Amino acid sequence: MGHGGEAAAKAVNVKESTRVEYGKTLLALGHENPEIVVLDADLSGSTQTHLFAKAFPDRFFNMGVAEQDLMGTAAGLAIGGKIPFASTFAVFAAGRAWEQIRQTIAYGNLNVKIVASHGGVTVGEDGGSHQAVADLAIMRVLPNLVVLVPADGPETRAMVRWAAGYRGPVYMRTGRMPLPVIFDAQHRFELGRGLILREGKDVTLAGLGLMVHHCLEAARQLANQGVGARVLNLSCLKPLDWELVVDSAQATGALVAAEEHLVTGGLGSAVSEVLTDFYPVPLERVGLRDLFGTSGQPEALLKHFGLMPDDIRDAALRAMARK
Amino acid sequence: MTKITDVSQLQELARQVRLDIVEMLHRAGSGHLGGSLSAADLLVALFFGAMRLNPGNACAPDRDLFVLSKGHAAPVYYAILSRLGFFPREELFTLRQFGSTLQGHPDASCTPGVEVSTGSLGQGLSVANGLALAARLNGTGQRVFILMGDGEVQEGQIWEAAMTAAHQGLDNLTAMLDRNRLQIDGHTAEVMSLEPLARKWEAFGWHTLEVDGHDIAAVLKALDQLAGLKGKPGIIIAHTVKGKGVSIFENQKKYHGVAPNAEEYRQALAELGAL
Repeated sequence: MGHGGEAAAKAVNVKESTRVEYGKTLLALGHENPEIVVLDADLSGSTQTHLFAKAFPDRFFNMGVAEQDLMGTAAGLAIGGKIPFASTFAVFAAGRAWEQIRQTIAYGNLNVKIVASHGGVTVGEDGGSHQAVADLAIMRVLPNLVVLVPADGPETRAMVRWAAGYRGPVYMRTGRMPLPVIFDAQHRFELGRGLILREGKDVTLAGLGLMVHHCLEAARQLANQGVGARVLNLSCLKPLDWELVVDSAQATGALVAAEEHLVTGGLGSAVSEVLTDFYPVPLERVGLRDLFGTSGQPEALLKHFGLMPDDIRDAALRAMARK
Repeated sequence: MTKITDVSQLQELARQVRLDIVEMLHRAGSGHLGGSLSAADLLVALFFGAMRLNPGNACAPDRDLFVLSKGHAAPVYYAILSRLGFFPREELFTLRQFGSTLQGHPDASCTPGVEVSTGSLGQGLSVANGLALAARLNGTGQRVFILMGDGEVQEGQIWEAAMTAAHQGLDNLTAMLDRNRLQIDGHTAEVMSLEPLARKWEAFGWHTLEVDGHDIAAVLKALDQLAGLKGKPGIIIAHTVKGKGVSIFENQKKYHGVAPNAEEYRQALAELGAL
């Protein structure tokens, strides 16, 4: 298969949050490329664009609490030859400004990079109003738009650098939680390519973002029970590495798709579409089931919504039983 | 391209553009008539009399930029772009057909001279602000122009963008508002009141002028006045008549999005001096 070998899965104690790594990379890019401009909607401290804002005040635009205007202004800057990165919380970027992204950015196929922070339920205490659990579903349906969810710090840095060089619209979801480091510091991102993080013959666990880490832990638990699980990082949700999904279906005969998102419209749906089209095998989807988020500490919410490694392990056993 | 300052020449161009609009819509069998005719004098004055354009090079770095935020007025935009030489006249009569370069609403990926894809209302001013910011950063000296509809400013995003333009002091941005007082469901005053419109823009920090949008000399004068502004954006609230130029279309809400039938078409040609 053309999707390459296993990524080196490294056990490192250092944790990095994808939103923080975004902010740092943006700052570095600001020094390297004068065409990069950044827009935020009054959340620059949280999205981490404040680092860029401080260094490059003339190339930073705080649009106030106005996400629709944020996206339209970013579009105009892109037409004017700039490389705009537009950031706010995922729930507002994708939700409040969906129509602006559709009409002006995606339909116009403009070079705007939407980097949306605080994806998923691990936003925590702010509650369901602020937890984006449908953003991937509503971004994935837009033609021209690339949809990305990095799984660790190195992948975030690689994706942001890749996005700055790619000509076209990108939606990237970052998270609030610090995550263990999986990839090497030199990791490079390739559009449309998923990665095998661990090999196994009995079942495939495919994850996005934080859930990649839970898939890896579930695979370790399954190994203790004598079950071999292949683990995929499908951080490029659109375009999806369908060949890797089909290969995994052929190689293991059962899959689990795990995401910090509704089971409808996101990764579970995308994997399901590929399997339906090319190689139907049992698939279990781990995610929220027709529910909004709620207030609580991130760990408690992950347990409440069934997003822990144990839940993925159990889903894997169910998928295998359906073979 | 040399600007035309002779008002009678511009009036004649506006008459021809109105004829193009009627012809295009009659052949297409659909399209937005009233709001295209109301904006004809404004856009002829702007494109032929005020903007710095280079039809030989649609990407000329010093060209002025235009956003048709009321994207449904595409017919008047296309007629003007064609007369400027951006594409051949024959293409006008492929409007709205499958495979045409002239989509129902402006699509920058298909039509030479169109800078921004529009159609969903209320979004153009934000994009125009972005263009103006980019022009400022790039030091190109480009000016950015936008035409909005009056029904369109019922969209909240317009007022977000109005704040941004003033906050950023975008004196390279000039807006025009086609105040024809009709929207799809009827009079703006009945559907959703807009007044006091000029005072709203003033309150948002814009230098605001009101003109008769069919008085080309007055429009040119207003554009010239706003070109000299420093530190704030300018807007022309242009009082117009929806369907202007053909008596049976004037001030009739039904001609917002309806093409003329055979009889109406003949009368329009006659009134516009083509028969």
